[in-house]
Amino acid sequence: MPNVYQLGKTPMTAQSPLVEVKDLTVNFVSREANVRAVNGVSFDVMPGEVLCIIGESGSGKSVTMRSLMRLHPKARTVIKGQMRVADYDIMALSDREMNSVRGSTISMVFQEPMTALDPVYTIGEQIAETVMRHEKCSEDVAMQRALELLQMVKVPSPERRLKAYPHELSGGLRQRAMMAVALSCRPQLLLADEPTTALDATVQIQVLIVLRKLQEEFGMGVIFVTHDLGVAAQIADKVAVMYAGRIIEYGSVRDMLLSPRHPYTLGLMASTVHGQTRDTDIDAIPGSPPDMRDLPPGCSFAPRCKLADAACSAAFPDPIDHGNGHMTRCFKTSEQTSAEVTTHIA
Amino acid sequence: MTIAVPERHLLPVPPGHPHDRGGKAQPMLIVQNLRKFFPIHGGILNRKVAEVKAVDNVSFSVQKGETLGVVGESGCGKSTLARLLMHLMPSDQGTLVFDGDPVDEPRGISLRDLRRNMQMVFQDSYSSLNPRLPILESIAYGPSVHGVKRADAKAKARDLLEKVGLKPDLFAGRYPHELSGGQKQRVNIARALALGPRMLILDEAVSALDKSVEAQVLNLLGYLKRHFNLTYMFISHDLHVVQYVSDRVLVMYLGQVVEIGPVKQIYEAPKHPYTMALLKSRLIIDPDTRIEIPPLVGDPPNPINPPSGCRFRTRCPYAEAICAERAPSLGNATYARDEHLAACHITNPIAGHSMAGQTLQALDGEDIVKRATEAH
Repeated sequence: MPNVYQLGKTPMTAQSPLVEVKDLTVNFVSREANVRAVNGVSFDVMPGEVLCIIGESGSGKSVTMRSLMRLHPKARTVIKGQMRVADYDIMALSDREMNSVRGSTISMVFQEPMTALDPVYTIGEQIAETVMRHEKCSEDVAMQRALELLQMVKVPSPERRLKAYPHELSGGLRQRAMMAVALSCRPQLLLADEPTTALDATVQIQVLIVLRKLQEEFGMGVIFVTHDLGVAAQIADKVAVMYAGRIIEYGSVRDMLLSPRHPYTLGLMASTVHGQTRDTDIDAIPGSPPDMRDLPPGCSFAPRCKLADAACSAAFPDPIDHGNGHMTRCFKTSEQTSAEVTTHIA
Repeated sequence: MTIAVPERHLLPVPPGHPHDRGGKAQPMLIVQNLRKFFPIHGGILNRKVAEVKAVDNVSFSVQKGETLGVVGESGCGKSTLARLLMHLMPSDQGTLVFDGDPVDEPRGISLRDLRRNMQMVFQDSYSSLNPRLPILESIAYGPSVHGVKRADAKAKARDLLEKVGLKPDLFAGRYPHELSGGQKQRVNIARALALGPRMLILDEAVSALDKSVEAQVLNLLGYLKRHFNLTYMFISHDLHVVQYVSDRVLVMYLGQVVEIGPVKQIYEAPKHPYTMALLKSRLIIDPDTRIEIPPLVGDPPNPINPPSGCRFRTRCPYAEAICAERAPSLGNATYARDEHLAACHITNPIAGHSMAGQTLQALDGEDIVKRATEAH
């Protein structure tokens, strides 16, 4: 039944990407407006690789990820482009096939575990349900598996927590329980939508460490959405920065965090508070993100960019390769070296 | 649409407020032995079965013109503390002295006057604005309740909108749902300033904002503080932001103050193991220094039934028998100015802790990790 995707001529090998997204556009259409949430996003994720998508609220990072799970309401969403995960062509699957892919091949962890978990079932029942649904095993076997999963995500006294309801757990434990549900069928791809944003710093680092260990152990591909550069530094292999529904910079985590090139990424780094001198202003990016119903032509960041000129507002720049897979979409980074851009911004 | 802070409106005012009563050395706010327990009712007769010890015997003071940062995990009582200070809920016990005047006592200042002098900005910028009032009306509402003529109140509101970086002509008539998160938080700040307060309590005021907007609002708060000669109490769980804005920092754990002191000393040489762990949990934007072992294990314990003695002992790598027996004392935090105080037996040479008198920095970093792994 696998719906084999035929994008290129290369057959599926260990070296071919786990996820291939090409020219993805997502529009939310209603009577009043047409919201262009994602505008031509392309990226690959290799098996066992962690891709962090960074962006501010409304930049389209969550929408991109939900498209991979086809979680958007069909009637109001127009999705174009190509998406392949493992052997499945996401756009071509029937609803029934998609249901069996969700939770087994691809699974997802959400930001707010209280709304993602069902309040009337115990944690054990919810993990076992997923296992039974996909592996067609008995309840006893599934419950045994649930116990192992809770131990794996380092929940203290797992036997007791198996019988607990979501409201009886703290935020950190709930998030671990949700990770146990998501990992129950050993997915090849885990989508994580700001899973640690609502947690305290001391708990956040615990959850990140568990997630990183399990990712290495399972060899999963992970797409991790966050707005926190510190989280990306902890977990990412590759980083993509999104702005107004486009990936404007992409590269390895070292290149992206230590020598970013796009003016927006540089601005984001400068406006993140981490040990700036007191009594001096933070170098904030002026203005606010554009209205997605009415995007300006050309580079969407141009109205807020210190380097922008007439050419920037005329057309959207093509990707420029800086070597080692580091890509930016900015006219200015092609003309200048990174250092020059940095001094301009600072 | 650019929201820049208009510099020309922010001429510095000379220090010293016309309403300054106590003089320079008098703290803006003195809090003594503040306590709030929330009862939990249950059973057939609906009797009190337990209490949530949200704020337990908290004392500190806020100096004039300073920013006091308050940090701690969720559920440690930061927000309850802020609400008690504003008298949004009654306290069980404790006294407040605002600039030399006891609050809500026959010889002191009334609640009405306290709220004119002390205002609060909340985390959720949308739910703290009335969705059915244009923002200009929202800002002018406070002054008109306090007896300012409507026309004057509106003129003042337009002036404040300008000061928080929103053009009055463009924004005055808008409703909250027509604004972005950062703009709404600017309106909330303008509204808090409408009564000409001397002190602002900022309860996670920038936590819900995007990083680039957060930076803009932090800059704005800096300008306003200088311009209006304000005193801030800045509550946040973001340790980077607290380090940037604060002069002094207060660390809370399960309803109690565990450490208080100048920001530099707290961040460079913390005395309490909890503060140390919090600081180690900060994420650094450097892919080469990944944290491999969590500085703290587990979640904070339940405040309904906190551990005996020191409340942090269940998660503390240095806990000994003495920690379960006796609660360590913070010392006199009420009148502390630049003192660096911590409620930990290690800091007290005569408390009977085997490591008493040593600094946490002297105890090796590797050692902490080893102890933490052994303990769990």
